[in-house]
Amino acid sequence: MNTSAANAGATSPLRLFTFSAPSRFYSLTGALLPWLWAITIVLTVVGLYIGFFVAPTDATQGESYRIIFIHVPAAWMAMLLYLVMAFWAGVGWAFNARLASMLARAIAPTGAMFAFLALWTGAFWGRPTWGTYWVWDARLTTTLILLFLYLGYIALVNAIDDVRRGDQAGALLALVGSVNVPIIYFSVKWWNTLHQGATISMTKAPTMAQTMLAAMLIMTFAFWAYAFAVVFTRTRAIVLERESHTAWVDELTGRSAGTIRPGDRP
Amino acid sequence: MNWNSAAEFFAMGGYGYYVWASYGATLVLMLLEPVLARKRHAQALREAAADPGDER
Amino acid sequence: MTDLFVAVLLRDLKLASRRRIDTLLPLVFFGVALSLFPLGVGPERETLRLIAPGVVWVCALLASMLSVNQLFAGDLADGSLEQMLLAPQPAVALAAAKCAVHWILTGLPLLVATPLVAVLFDLSLPAFAALAFGLLLGTPILSLLGALGAALTLGLRSGGMLLILIVLPLATPALIFGTGAVGTVEAGLSASGHFSLLGALLIVTALGAPWATAAALRISTE
Repeated sequence: MNTSAANAGATSPLRLFTFSAPSRFYSLTGALLPWLWAITIVLTVVGLYIGFFVAPTDATQGESYRIIFIHVPAAWMAMLLYLVMAFWAGVGWAFNARLASMLARAIAPTGAMFAFLALWTGAFWGRPTWGTYWVWDARLTTTLILLFLYLGYIALVNAIDDVRRGDQAGALLALVGSVNVPIIYFSVKWWNTLHQGATISMTKAPTMAQTMLAAMLIMTFAFWAYAFAVVFTRTRAIVLERESHTAWVDELTGRSAGTIRPGDRP
Repeated sequence: MNWNSAAEFFAMGGYGYYVWASYGATLVLMLLEPVLARKRHAQALREAAADPGDER
Repeated sequence: MTDLFVAVLLRDLKLASRRRIDTLLPLVFFGVALSLFPLGVGPERETLRLIAPGVVWVCALLASMLSVNQLFAGDLADGSLEQMLLAPQPAVALAAAKCAVHWILTGLPLLVATPLVAVLFDLSLPAFAALAFGLLLGTPILSLLGALGAALTLGLRSGGMLLILIVLPLATPALIFGTGAVGTVEAGLSASGHFSLLGALLIVTALGAPWATAAALRISTE
């Protein structure tokens, strides 16, 4: 599937798997990256402008609520990226598609970063609002467990030397994790209501003004674009690491011609 | 506009520490991550160029 | 399929009976770890009663994970694992048999040890019963998940720690329902909701985990 796509990709019209060849992916993402970064920056500027200069002060929380513009998007991204990672890992396993597995591995660190960020910003939001840096509410606790799931995946694939075994084991773990996340969330919610009758919960967000919601959504898209950019960069690195003995990489680096250009920019 | 001066903006109604600790960490991580990814890519490119591997 | 299941089960139990001390280690660990908590927290009876369910479940979890690490190691070392995977019978039977062996050798002894826990932590009879029943439903879940972790980390250097890191997040629902049941009973309410959820979790895990473990075994030995 990969090789036929690589051969056919140059002249035939776009097919579903045309870009499943690492070489095609590499050149396509190379072209896309500047645009992705541009979109990220634009969305971030717009989102934060609305968040800080248009959205009003909150009645109960004052200015501290403005952390929400990064806390909630980070939490959503952490959640979403895990599912996307599991999806591509599964595709890589089922169809023996190397690129899909590489993509999955590239997603993991970014997902873990967002999970950590969600926890960090949650702590700094919680301190002025609820008095403590950490609140064992359902969403934060699930995000913590999600971080552990990411770390487990990263640890597992990095502990396995054989690349193919690592890809497949990671896929299985990620898929099992995906199935478990709803169960974990439900059980943590259950646990939370048992132990805290009070409404100390970050799930009880204040009813938001339109502008607040708009800023939050724009920031989510900004994080989304960011994730694309970083994950693609990392995937390109993995592609080069794994495919370094192929002809197209030789062409790319000019190795077959005997020239090594130290000034090559990524 | 919500803020009458830059000083007000940085004070964030008294919550400056919390708001900027959050945004600060976000900025640091979301700058560090792409930099590390680019470094990895640059290194992979260097190694692919230097490695006298066999062609398939 | 049942042939392979029974054969592996009986063989592993026989092997374990020849290494009795190794087989009892998880139980000893459980006891030692459990006893550390009063030493660390203080002997205040009210505190101990409060932390007992959580402490017991966590120690049971850790004891399970430490012993499940070696579940497939022996068979991998002498080549019999590959032979069993080559056999016409589905690998699910092998995985299920290994889970059963682990539960009989680790889960069951832990269950038998719970009266001791009740004494150490001064649990009331209803609380103890809730704890024991929760563990009865929960320890098989731990064995099932542990076997999956063992299959995924088969032969890896960092195996033990990695296995714990992988399996612990997956085991949190069981932990929550198991400990919650004791708390609810101590508050004077019925824990049937918790037990129903725990039972459902057991069924779902029993249906899915052996299948995933078999897949993991193939991945790890190819």
